[in-house]
Amino acid sequence: MSDPIIKIQNMNKWFGDFQVLKNINLEVEANKKIVVCGPSGSGKSTLIRCINRLEEHQEGDIVVDGNELSEKTKDIEKIRAEVGMVFQQFNLFPHLSILDNCTLAPIWVKKMPKKEAQELALDQLKKVQIDDQANKFPGQLSGGQQQRCAIARALCMQPKIMLFDEPTSALDPEMIKEVLDAMVSLAKGGMTMIVVTHEMGFAKEVADEVIFMDEGMIIEKADTKEFFANPKSDRTKLFLSQIL
Amino acid sequence: MQTFNFFKPNRNNIKNYSIIGSFFVLVSLIDVISNAFLKINLTFFLPGSLTNLFPLILGLIGLNMMRIDYSGNNTLDLLNKNINTNNFNALLTLLILFSIIKVLPQSLSWMILDATISGDSKDACTGTGACWTYIKVWFRRFMYGMYPNEFHWRINTAFILVIALGFVGYFMKENLKKYLALYYVIIYPVIAYLVIYYLISGGSFGLQWVETGAWGGLSLTFIVSFFCLIFCFPLGMVFALGRRSNLPVIKYISICYIEFWRGVPLITVLFMSSVMFPMFLPEDFFMDKLVRVIIAITLFEAAYCAEVIRGGLQSLPRGQYDAAKSLGMGYWKMHIFVILPQALKLVIPGIANTFLALVKDTPLIFVVGLAELAGMLALAKTNPKWLGFAMEGYIFASIIFWIICYAMSKYSYNLEAKYKTER
Repeated sequence: MSDPIIKIQNMNKWFGDFQVLKNINLEVEANKKIVVCGPSGSGKSTLIRCINRLEEHQEGDIVVDGNELSEKTKDIEKIRAEVGMVFQQFNLFPHLSILDNCTLAPIWVKKMPKKEAQELALDQLKKVQIDDQANKFPGQLSGGQQQRCAIARALCMQPKIMLFDEPTSALDPEMIKEVLDAMVSLAKGGMTMIVVTHEMGFAKEVADEVIFMDEGMIIEKADTKEFFANPKSDRTKLFLSQIL
Repeated sequence: MQTFNFFKPNRNNIKNYSIIGSFFVLVSLIDVISNAFLKINLTFFLPGSLTNLFPLILGLIGLNMMRIDYSGNNTLDLLNKNINTNNFNALLTLLILFSIIKVLPQSLSWMILDATISGDSKDACTGTGACWTYIKVWFRRFMYGMYPNEFHWRINTAFILVIALGFVGYFMKENLKKYLALYYVIIYPVIAYLVIYYLISGGSFGLQWVETGAWGGLSLTFIVSFFCLIFCFPLGMVFALGRRSNLPVIKYISICYIEFWRGVPLITVLFMSSVMFPMFLPEDFFMDKLVRVIIAITLFEAAYCAEVIRGGLQSLPRGQYDAAKSLGMGYWKMHIFVILPQALKLVIPGIANTFLALVKDTPLIFVVGLAELAGMLALAKTNPKWLGFAMEGYIFASIIFWIICYAMSKYSYNLEAKYKTER
């Protein structure tokens, strides 16, 4: 058993007086796929935003790929470059073409030569099947295409870990499938993934483990089959009965 | 057969209604025009007050008769939709038309028909109209101030050079494009300064020294505006970013700066720069008055620019910051490649507004003894040989300023259209 790539110990986080995350303990091994689910406001998004320090935690330790995250962390950019993230609202850069969205960070953060970055970007765009849209602008694409571009953009940094923050929640039902397909093929490629989602079908198909959160706490953490077959806590049972 | 109701036009008799209606409107217009231009009162047979109201009433009846919805006639529909939607709008339309017609003859005769432009002294102006001779005689002064006539080519050459250098960005090679911002923010102002210093000031290369006190007119307006615009924008950007910084020292310095400069009137800033500021400097340190004024206006306008740019920064969704950070970009990379390009695009109208205000604020430098265009006017109108032509001068200056400002705002619309992207 290898060392965990993400290790969270006794982590607490407050927004003002309100405690969003309570005593979180989580270990993720490399190449595992974790699905985080739970009702809205339960702190799922905040949890994964803490993993690349888009949110700062106040207590406890978070170690990502051997680097501890705290105020003293100097090269937070270096750690973020290793951790890709996909957002609910896509957050593509609207002033740049699809191709430029994908090459911006490799060129300026990783100092990759422009030509190499473009080849890499086209390659990644091809994997999510929008290489024919490379010269369009985000505003000209559908939501599903934009989200796939956002996945390709994150992958262009060749991250070790991918975080997905409700990637399909802002999409029309028709477009959800194309994004999930892209994520499934990414999962099959062996990427370490933490996915916040309500798509239980996706969880059943690719997740190694499912985490259920409520009111800032991890209520249940179990193997996927175990989680769906016989959930232990009553809260989980209630949640599953409502969304399945 | 349909009845022909005078006040309720319908589509069936559309031809009759529109022809009679337009005839009425035409008669009312002819009445007003003949009244204004030929001083002939066509309705002399009507009692006093009715004579004045006659064209208005007739025009209203006419427009009422023409108001037929979906007439099928494009011209008529367009007319009705734009100036004749209801009786109130019809009234406004007529009033505006009549006012223009009433004012036109006087202004036309003053500005053009009775105006004088020949001759080269006040004596030529004998007519009742404007005396454009005054503008003609003083033209060089209005353009170049007290700058010696034989050296005007130096100012012209300097301006042409500076403008040409400004276009370098358009012709830059693709691989040099990344230095564009560097060029415009640092290199270009320095070169422009050197060009203006060596050509207009002179003092070396065999050119005679001309002190800045002699500079003036429109060329001084351009020089002051140019340097203030080019410096206040980057400075404003720095303070806009500073005000949003997480570092308390930088944040509060920026807030103090912005609130200080926004709180003082420009005129006091100018006075302080020319009167008080030199007292604080060491005795052997000399800074030209023009330079001091330019610095003062730049610092002043930078505070306004900063707030406009901050507005743009704030209107960007947080997701843009998140996305840039999650890709491993640090503060500067995030701002240079993601945040500022979008924010600056949003603030083009606001920045154009600030810049226009700046150009129109430059006449204030007259209070410290620098006579740019409006300042030269003030000097010229008190010249004993040319008393009494202030009106012509101010109209001339208004036209010049309007042309400059309109060109600037047109340019800003172009920029907006050029950088418009869908969100």
